[in-house]
Amino acid sequence: MIRSEILRDIAPILRDQLVICNIGLPSQELHMIDDQPTNFYMLGTMGLSSSIGLGLALSQPKTVISIDGDGSVLTNLGTLPTIANNVADNYILLIIDNGSYGSTGDQPTYAGKKTKLEKVAEACGCENVVVCGGKDTGKALQAAIDSKKMTVIVVKCDSGNIKLPVITMDPVVIRDRFMKAVSA
Amino acid sequence: MNIDKKITDDLVANGISFVTTVPCKQLAGVIEEIDARDEIFHIPSNKEDEGMGLCAGAFMGGKRPAIIMQNTAIGVTINTLATLIQYYRMPLPMLISYRGELREPVACQVEMAIHTKALLAEMNVPTYHFHHQRDVEELDAILKYTFMCNKPVAILTDANFWGGYGDQ
Ligand SMILES: [Mg+2]
Repeated sequence: MIRSEILRDIAPILRDQLVICNIGLPSQELHMIDDQPTNFYMLGTMGLSSSIGLGLALSQPKTVISIDGDGSVLTNLGTLPTIANNVADNYILLIIDNGSYGSTGDQPTYAGKKTKLEKVAEACGCENVVVCGGKDTGKALQAAIDSKKMTVIVVKCDSGNIKLPVITMDPVVIRDRFMKAVSA
Repeated sequence: MNIDKKITDDLVANGISFVTTVPCKQLAGVIEEIDARDEIFHIPSNKEDEGMGLCAGAFMGGKRPAIIMQNTAIGVTINTLATLIQYYRMPLPMLISYRGELREPVACQVEMAIHTKALLAEMNVPTYHFHHQRDVEELDAILKYTFMCNKPVAILTDANFWGGYGDQ
């Protein structure tokens, strides 16, 4: 399974949660599949989806899901110790690990070679780290939501992209709409 | 006047309840004071762009955030300032240790100091420079200004402001 198929699969679960969605194709795909006011689309700033999501989870009680990629987590690897040491049980980090930098043309990442992000997360002190295949993402995500325990999910899947348009929504509109959904 | 307590009091009085920090020798006292306050959630970050991401999330969660960092980190955070904090129009007070200014003992610190104000000006970040201890009197107004205009605002605090390094 590729990322867009996984997002299509889990869209009914994501719909009811606050979602911070990674820059590039992940945001474009989620926007096309199921645009919701509860989605915060990152239009820039590679690597910070997990940090934005953690800050949000620590600041209000609703469940927050950060959708991240293997390349983005590698860009901001310092995020994992911060997550581990500041436990927010309403926070889920969903890493779609396709072993490649999808948005830039599927160049391989080190996560697709010798580096195992799930082991990095565990070594950083993350207590609930789950690894699953693409087709089990929905099950793992729903279990993490129901557990009310901070969870890092690493989804091992195939690389590959679909053609789709960029997001033209104004960033301040995305942010304002999202903040109203957060406080609703 | 205890400067660390005064700064922390101003943060609390302005409703700032989420502070991320990357340490600096000059900021040690204020970071310690922030960490001790019940009104503030203190979350150390490993890098300043990560810290700005945390602040962006906290702001969208209804909290007033702030970041405490060194001026060398301006070099780390240009992209995050432009594409996250400014692009989505979010307020962010940045209390910055301005290393490499008068009374600086470490020569390499000067190399980023000479670029600091130019970079902030290029980014259109409103910038205030605390050089004398009495300059802290403006902090309250600067914080109100930051949350009025929803912009990142830089407060550069140099060695003279902090009273030197103690070893000179
Ligand atoms: Mg990837």
